[in-house]
Amino acid sequence: MDFMLNDEQNALRDMVRDFAENELKPNAAHWDEHHIFPAEVVKKMGALGLMGVAYDPAYNGAGMDYLCYAIVVEELSRGCAGTGVICSAHSSLACDPIYNYGNEAQKQKYLSRMTTAEWIGCFGLTEPGAGSDAAALKTTAVKDGDEYVLNGSKLFITNAVEAQVAVVFAQQDKEKGHRGISAFIVEKGTPGFSVGKVEDKLGIRASSTAELVFENCRIPAANLLGEEGQGFKIALSTLDGGRIGIAAQAVGIAQAALDEAVKYSKERVQFGKPIAKLQAIQWFIADMATEIEAARMLVHKAAWMKSHKMKGFGHYSAMAKLYAAEAAMRATTKAIQVHGGYGYVKEYSVERHFRDAKITEIYEGTSEVQRLVIAANLLRD
Amino acid sequence: MDWQLSDDQRMVVDMVRDFAANEVRPLAAHLDEAGQFPLDNLRKMAGLGLMGMNVPAEYGGSPVGAVALSLAISEMARACASTAITMSVTNMVAEAINAFGTEEQKRTFIPKIVGGDYPMGSFCLTEPNAGSDAASLAVRAVRDGDHWVLNGTKAFVSHGAYSSVLVVWARTSDAPKAAGVSAFIVERETPGLTVGKAEDKMGLRGSNTVALNFEDCRVPADQLLGEEGKGFRIAMMALDGGRIGVSSQAVGIGQAALDASVEYAKIREQFGKPIGRLEAIQWFIADMATELEAARNLTLRAAWLKEKGKKFSREASTAKLFATERLNVWTKNAVQIHGGYGYTKEYVVERLIRDAKVLTIYEGTSEIQRLVISRALLEE
Repeated sequence: MDFMLNDEQNALRDMVRDFAENELKPNAAHWDEHHIFPAEVVKKMGALGLMGVAYDPAYNGAGMDYLCYAIVVEELSRGCAGTGVICSAHSSLACDPIYNYGNEAQKQKYLSRMTTAEWIGCFGLTEPGAGSDAAALKTTAVKDGDEYVLNGSKLFITNAVEAQVAVVFAQQDKEKGHRGISAFIVEKGTPGFSVGKVEDKLGIRASSTAELVFENCRIPAANLLGEEGQGFKIALSTLDGGRIGIAAQAVGIAQAALDEAVKYSKERVQFGKPIAKLQAIQWFIADMATEIEAARMLVHKAAWMKSHKMKGFGHYSAMAKLYAAEAAMRATTKAIQVHGGYGYVKEYSVERHFRDAKITEIYEGTSEVQRLVIAANLLRD
Repeated sequence: MDWQLSDDQRMVVDMVRDFAANEVRPLAAHLDEAGQFPLDNLRKMAGLGLMGMNVPAEYGGSPVGAVALSLAISEMARACASTAITMSVTNMVAEAINAFGTEEQKRTFIPKIVGGDYPMGSFCLTEPNAGSDAASLAVRAVRDGDHWVLNGTKAFVSHGAYSSVLVVWARTSDAPKAAGVSAFIVERETPGLTVGKAEDKMGLRGSNTVALNFEDCRVPADQLLGEEGKGFRIAMMALDGGRIGVSSQAVGIGQAALDASVEYAKIREQFGKPIGRLEAIQWFIADMATELEAARNLTLRAAWLKEKGKKFSREASTAKLFATERLNVWTKNAVQIHGGYGYTKEYVVERLIRDAKVLTIYEGTSEIQRLVISRALLEE
């Protein structure tokens, strides 16, 4: 048993923390206000290896493990949650399925460019009528000679606007239900593939969220990811890993909120003393810190389990995501309360943290889907 | 990072789990109802080495480390929370003497705590008017030749009527608050020490909680533990470890609540199907399992830090605050899952909700833990 990060992990955390402090935190409010994707910063992240942390150096990855990846997403999100999810969606949802299910040619062509952030990736699963019930997706893929023809649309796709590479799930045989679903790699610029409506969101506004539209979009048969009919399995196992990214993002947001609450409560004077001297405020701080520690440990254990390919990792990542997301919502709520009226205005970053936190309870499996997963595992005979 | 238990730790868990299932769980409801103290079982536990898990073998201990101790307390608490707290406090007292005692004190007293006819040690800090504000304690110790003479009353002493050895904190000078406090090792049979009122408690009714009265109780001077005037630090350090014990106990009670809830949700049918198929019930179970896992992680990390000789005070407070506060939610929801049946003594959850309550109170209330945690953040 060993609960400490090793030297490499500590050094990585310090490096990313500095990066977030210098490159993300000073700009996060601006990106948030104007819905700006931080393209230059993402390039720098690519150069630092932060967009391909857990992948083999053979594909230009940093060759570290999933725990390192969780550390990276947490620290990025502490500076800017939008940037955190750019990294997380790109890594967990686009690089991961190609790394795990792609053939050598696909890995060479796509993954090697994604790990350096030359190409950004996105994940097209959700549809207007298929959210938590992902198996109900209606986008179709029809084999036609040595091509597949895709028709349909995908909704709420993180990184959609910037992505050069989309991992897209489509139904080949409705009769087979979720066993008829396959996964495909679609490149930007493919005729029939376009980006639709761009969402104007409550939070994580440095990341883009948009619709992917497929109209008789013909892709080479070589772009099938995994095997035909394997798509739903790929989607679920990918989301098991993605949940670690989102859980880490939630911990980063919560930590940022705690940082601000601690700072503010030492400065703000009421009743003749800093409000940090009041037990009401101390209680907020203690409870936030406690829950953040609980969340972080769940995330680290889930990431460690994934790295070691341990059984039960999906169950654990669901617990980590459920707890971390809801803890982040509580922490950001408390952080605003510590700030009083000032916390409700954009001069203080807790206003943004609160908005950013909300999405962590929704995407990559709502809290409700996590609870279904967890309870099903426990109640199974 | 490595989250796996060692083979030795796993062996301890298996051993305690077997013992608890066979000897402890079958008795737990009876102990609770009758308010009976399980002396026979505690003697058997001493025989298994469970009372001195963090003290050297030369004093009769079976040193397996703080992590194994934490795991063992959890397994015991899963069967009977009362038996687990007696075990936890006893280990804490043996450790305190091992950490601060002279060689002579260790050789004389630790074997009595971890073995013998009354294999228990008690921790006597709290007084009727000194709870969270422990440094305001009023029991006096006055030097008289080669003895100290103790006068006053200690309250809420766990298994105080049964322990062979007690560590007692008393004021040895007029220096204010903590500065005037010293610690003493006192044998249960010392003249002038009498057992006062036994508390009739809401839960943990299989543990013994008493007041102890000291009336001109003469304690040999060589039973001063640590230095004169430096006793308070011993209490605080012992409580840091004790908090891991209570947190471990919370994990065990919580596991029992989850076990009972899962079992009941599978067999209880309403609306034509097991209630485990209803999202309302699934939500309770998912939240309980998730938070229980978080509590377990926090607890084991605190224990691991202690075992490695690193700072663990804040982590122990974090674990205790989280585990015990959430425990009270889990046990409440476990009763809710059982509906009316959960309110009766036929189902274990009725005991668990009562047992759970004291965990947010003893060995530092949740409020004291929040003070410790927020101070670390706000004063750095």
